[in-house]
Amino acid sequence: MIKPTNGVRAFAIAALLATVAAACGSSEGNEGGDQLTGTIRIDGSSTVAPLSEAAAELFMGENRDVQVTVAASGTSGGFQKFCIGENDMNDASRPIKESEVEQCGQNAIAYDAIQVANDALSLLVNAQNPVDCLTVEQATQVWDRGSKVKTWGQVTGLNAPGDFAGRQMTLYGPGSDSGTFDFFTDEINGEEGRIRIDYTNIGEDDRQAVDGIKSDVGAMGYVPYSYAQEAGEGVKALAIDGGGGCVDATLENVQNGSYVPLGRPLFVYASGTALAKPEVLAFMKFYVDNATSIADAASFVPLTEAQVAAQHQKIEELVSGVGQ
Amino acid sequence: MAAPSVGAGNPHRTLEAASPRYGEKVIKVLLALCGALSVAVTTGIVVSLLFPTIRFFREISIGEFLTGTLWAPALVPRSFGVLPIVVGTLMIVFYALLVAIPVGLASAIFLSEYAPSRIRKIVKPALEVLAGIPTVAVGLFALWYLRPLGETIFPFLTWGPRQTVIVAGVAVGLMIVPIVASISEDAMRAVPGGLREGAYALGAGKLKVSTRVVFPAAISGIVASIVLATSRAIGETMVVLIAAGAGRPDLTFDPFAPAQTITAYIGGAATGDIPTGTILYDTIFAAGALLFLMTLAMNMVAIRLVRRFREVYE
Repeated sequence: MIKPTNGVRAFAIAALLATVAAACGSSEGNEGGDQLTGTIRIDGSSTVAPLSEAAAELFMGENRDVQVTVAASGTSGGFQKFCIGENDMNDASRPIKESEVEQCGQNAIAYDAIQVANDALSLLVNAQNPVDCLTVEQATQVWDRGSKVKTWGQVTGLNAPGDFAGRQMTLYGPGSDSGTFDFFTDEINGEEGRIRIDYTNIGEDDRQAVDGIKSDVGAMGYVPYSYAQEAGEGVKALAIDGGGGCVDATLENVQNGSYVPLGRPLFVYASGTALAKPEVLAFMKFYVDNATSIADAASFVPLTEAQVAAQHQKIEELVSGVGQ
Repeated sequence: MAAPSVGAGNPHRTLEAASPRYGEKVIKVLLALCGALSVAVTTGIVVSLLFPTIRFFREISIGEFLTGTLWAPALVPRSFGVLPIVVGTLMIVFYALLVAIPVGLASAIFLSEYAPSRIRKIVKPALEVLAGIPTVAVGLFALWYLRPLGETIFPFLTWGPRQTVIVAGVAVGLMIVPIVASISEDAMRAVPGGLREGAYALGAGKLKVSTRVVFPAAISGIVASIVLATSRAIGETMVVLIAAGAGRPDLTFDPFAPAQTITAYIGGAATGDIPTGTILYDTIFAAGALLFLMTLAMNMVAIRLVRRFREVYE
């Protein structure tokens, strides 16, 4: 057996003390009433994730002892974990589904949807594309299952100028895992998952769609509004005619609800049990209070004043509902 | 040795140990357990694949699965024809072997027949390093360096989207070159020197000796190396996930378009948001079972081939 020398012995004791000190140090709870500590787990939509990340960074800057982790497994995947209590909050780009409501009910998770921003999908085309506006029927004609549209001239009623009419249409869109995909197919084609099969699937990487559209004059794709805003030069968003004339994809139009049908509210679902923890409640209130600056930081469409007030109301109800 | 019974007091000796050495018995049991662990793990994997697969085939017929040409389990209407992703896998394997076999065998011949010891000391470790590069790094390398390089070197080809089968296939091929080179080289070095010397004595040049004498003599090991490389290429997930993309639901043989392999489908679907217990969830296991069977068939063919070509030297 190796006999420990004095040096080795001293090192071992020092290491042991250091480990004990570290372990004891981190298990101290609230030192005082003002110091928030703990971990907040957020998961869900990859569309809402940038918002939650911006909120988390700002919040952690003010509350150094709170750890906020934001994952992005997709809205459905996040709800799965939310309804079994694995997450404190779920980012969602769509309202909760019936099956998910049941699951939450089974596990006694009380929740409410706190709206944190507005969002829209933009139909992007190359900046040199002469088309400016597309009706919903024309969009359906292009994107629906079994669509045979290959060139811009084949879209009925579009009246593409002569030299552009023969231009081939390359389509970009996300895969079936994406909440953006679910939303777009539901609104434009009438059913989630219903889409033509020969578009270029860019997976979850919306930037790839933007790059593809920038390099091809005849290309079209649909991306979340935030990516369209960040894309800058080289692409432009089409105005959408949902029955009431061509509506541009601007901040005001999304907020006042006139950008139909591609506008949607973005939610964070908070569970009653999670809000019982002081750090989660503080974060949720922080999120809503600073929703405008957070949305601006992440290039989203912020809430209006009225929407902010309504969300505070919802938070109060949820907290008091659990307390009973 | 029989115990002499002469003389008083001589104990009867036997050849067994004086004390039952429990330590030895425990060690034997532990080692046996470790050996049994691999069998247990393989059985466990097979069993875990089995139940969801059976559940899957209660809903979808095997014929529709194996012969359908539209792979759209998440689209509406659902379609479970597995051929598109099988073809995707086979295309990747084809392009990978197209690169790996010539480069690997040439490297092996160079290392075993031509290279002086100095050069061998550099090239052999370099091959080991290539084999050890993380697959995710190879995937990113393929997407961001090999693809633009392809456009520069071959501008006359019809390049389209960034993710293509051919670039991913070439990247997988480069990754499996060390497997082919290393094992083939070992096989060639194991060929007895007498065969080479006999050929030289008959007036053959170095190239003729390498390709007409050594190569056929080592064919068993070379075939084994190619089969191992193919198995690796079939099961490669990360490189194809990054560099070959998601592809279309229908069957395509275009190498300049993205295509999904079985492994990429499983990887993408399993890390996504599919509720357990649904048909989509079972689809992952059915695809996995198919992959498992493909690799199993590959390995059985390999064992037959190797046995057939083996040359035994005294």
